[in-house]
Amino acid sequence: MQGLAGAAACGTVLASSGRAGPVAAPPYRPQFFDAAEWAFLVAACDRLIPADASGPGAVALDVPRFIDRQMDTPYAHGAQWYMSGPFMAGPDNLGYQLPYAPRELYRHGIAGMNAHAATRHGRPFAALSAALQDDLLRAAERGSLVFGDVPSATFFEQLLANVMEGAFSDPIHGGNTGMGGWAMLGFPGARADFMDWVDQYGVHYPLGSVSISGERA
Amino acid sequence: MSTDARRLDPVDVVIVGGGWAGCIMAKEMTEAGRSVVVLERGPDRGTASDGAYPASIDELEGNFRYKLFQDLSKHTVTIRNNSRQVALPYRRMAAFLPGEGVGGAGLHWSGVHFRIPPDDLRLRTRVIEKYGAKFIPEGMNLQDYGVTYEELEPFFDRAEKVFGTSGEAYKVNGQVVGKGNVFSPSRSDHFPLPALKDVYTAHLFRKAATEAGFHPYSLPAANASRQYVNPYGAQMGPCNFCGYCSGYACYMYSKASPNVNILPVLRRHPLFELRAACNVLKVELDSDGRRATGVTYADAEGNTVTQPAELVILSAFQFHNVRLMLLSGIGKPYDPARNEGVVGRNFVYQNVTTSTVWLDPKVETNQYVGTGGGGVAFDDFNSENFDHGPLGFVGGSPVWVNQAGVKAIAAAYSGGPPGTPRWGSAWKAGMIDTYRHSLRIDAHGTNMAYRDVYLDLDPTWKDAHGQPLLRMTFDWKDNDIRMNRYVVDKIGNVAKAMGARRVHLTSREFGKPFDTRQYQTTHLGGGAVMGTDPGTSALNRYLQSWDVHNVFVIGANAFPQGTGYNPTGMVAALAYWAAHHIRTTYLARPGPLAG
Repeated sequence: MQGLAGAAACGTVLASSGRAGPVAAPPYRPQFFDAAEWAFLVAACDRLIPADASGPGAVALDVPRFIDRQMDTPYAHGAQWYMSGPFMAGPDNLGYQLPYAPRELYRHGIAGMNAHAATRHGRPFAALSAALQDDLLRAAERGSLVFGDVPSATFFEQLLANVMEGAFSDPIHGGNTGMGGWAMLGFPGARADFMDWVDQYGVHYPLGSVSISGERA
Repeated sequence: MSTDARRLDPVDVVIVGGGWAGCIMAKEMTEAGRSVVVLERGPDRGTASDGAYPASIDELEGNFRYKLFQDLSKHTVTIRNNSRQVALPYRRMAAFLPGEGVGGAGLHWSGVHFRIPPDDLRLRTRVIEKYGAKFIPEGMNLQDYGVTYEELEPFFDRAEKVFGTSGEAYKVNGQVVGKGNVFSPSRSDHFPLPALKDVYTAHLFRKAATEAGFHPYSLPAANASRQYVNPYGAQMGPCNFCGYCSGYACYMYSKASPNVNILPVLRRHPLFELRAACNVLKVELDSDGRRATGVTYADAEGNTVTQPAELVILSAFQFHNVRLMLLSGIGKPYDPARNEGVVGRNFVYQNVTTSTVWLDPKVETNQYVGTGGGGVAFDDFNSENFDHGPLGFVGGSPVWVNQAGVKAIAAAYSGGPPGTPRWGSAWKAGMIDTYRHSLRIDAHGTNMAYRDVYLDLDPTWKDAHGQPLLRMTFDWKDNDIRMNRYVVDKIGNVAKAMGARRVHLTSREFGKPFDTRQYQTTHLGGGAVMGTDPGTSALNRYLQSWDVHNVFVIGANAFPQGTGYNPTGMVAALAYWAAHHIRTTYLARPGPLAG
């Protein structure tokens, strides 16, 4: 049921951006993720933000493409994080202390998730039912899975953060296709001028979103 | 390192850091006819390049890839909750977001532009007068600034005129003139611009706070409500409530910044030179350590360079100033075991919690409309505006709606009401409902200084230049938690008066340590505080080092306590105050400023 709903919403969004028919996954060739990793990423995105009555899901919004493109940025190489050793474990509230950049967290984390799926259910994550996928994602979120020295919660938080970014950032970064994420929120994007709306109290803003590159929803 | 450094021709004044404090000091020193070099660690920045529309209207780059913020890969701090722990590096941006580059935090800030409550300047004295010395909890290093509101007033006024601050006065020259903050002290003049319009949520808050018996006022905002030309001739455009203030270079030239309000004039001055991408390593002292001879820095190409100067002004961000003093041997480092020494002492933060109110689902709160400094506040529980006697804590919180523009990724992260899952369909529905129909109310509180909360140099981790990182030892204390819980409870009354569908009051919890993973505020303070006693302050009341008279240290490092207000207005006023005394007294007769 979830899969069908996802495909339907996906079709709606793709149609509005002028492309053809419903597809299961976007026609995009990942540059960073290999086939097994990509299958995990698409499946996990579909569970984290499923298509439903509230609006499009992460797959239709091309969140996997966003994350793959992000992997080629300085951020994903850890260039914005202090990555000098020694690396010591400490209390959670003192923050991230692993020597891994986002690219490495994805490599470790996806392998770990697929290994857990294989051990428990004999299949990779992407081949599990939605209910089993949700169970595994919740276990990762709680931190109850172990992937070598990457706590599953660390990987989960990395993934969830990037999924949110992909669904709701400007489409210039490869996600939020057709500004579908903004449309479901009612966020006007790059309009950035409310001079004549600031004191229109309690009323829905009438204009649709615009993006940096000038798309209009 | 200094012996191998290339030595440049001397200048009169070298200034470390190109933010508000550095640019104000540079402007003042060039006006005094002195040659000035500003050394800024980060890149050169300007509104035309960093704030261009529409490219800069990019939440991912601005708030999640930290385009205008400090490069943690090169420089960070270590943090621990108490001195029994090993402090660990702050590896990823989260709890606080220091700036970097020309304009400093003054380029990415929001714009809330306060004066300080007069009682906060003499808080120790005031608390003892009202409640007796025994009221001060054990281990709290409660101190006065050593300067009064009356002394600072002309400099608050000056800063507001330079910043083009919008607001409504309560009292001017002792006469009630408007609907401003009834708890605020008299001013010598009105705000240069009228208050900004209330966004809808601020309008609702104003009405509800009044009904609840409080005294709401428009937040003073360095976001121009109209077109404005400041005393330097710098121009600002009217704010259009675009919602891209905090984390962005304002594309409308409406939010005050050093880049818009000072540098366009300063850059043309023949006595001024700005050197970006120059990281100061230490202040050089003469052989007896009583006089600074200049600074040594690493330039963009990695050369080590010494810039001799007659006067050294440290005006980097709060904790960078403290670290440079420690690295240079200026002032006695603080020893928490003995509660002696001054550099690193009275490290303070700010005590902010945000509560959420959900309104009727037919009401659109339009949270994307906003301006960084705008909103409505009440001060009934700030400073000494209420009787602390029966409450048994020191400090307070202004309470406000400061809708700076909530954008889509932030909305997704914030999610739905407590108990909602963080992903999946339930999250989607709760998140959309929250974004469209809720509003946020902050308790923006003080943080007192404690004997065992301090800054020193880390024994293990180093920056990109091989120098020790600064180490923060910080945790929340019962006094501050009790203050927060008392004030947050009052927010419930306001929410009720708003006809809330649902309210989630967020207050600080006993026993829950400071968490570096969650954004709280970048309003760090103290560590090299001003005062009148060299035994408890690193700087005299003119922000001059007690030990090295030709070093002045300008910034929130001078605050003995964490104020409930945003610090920039106070930092700017202190810069003009120090500059005034340098210009009128120090330059003619260099030496310790007395009186």
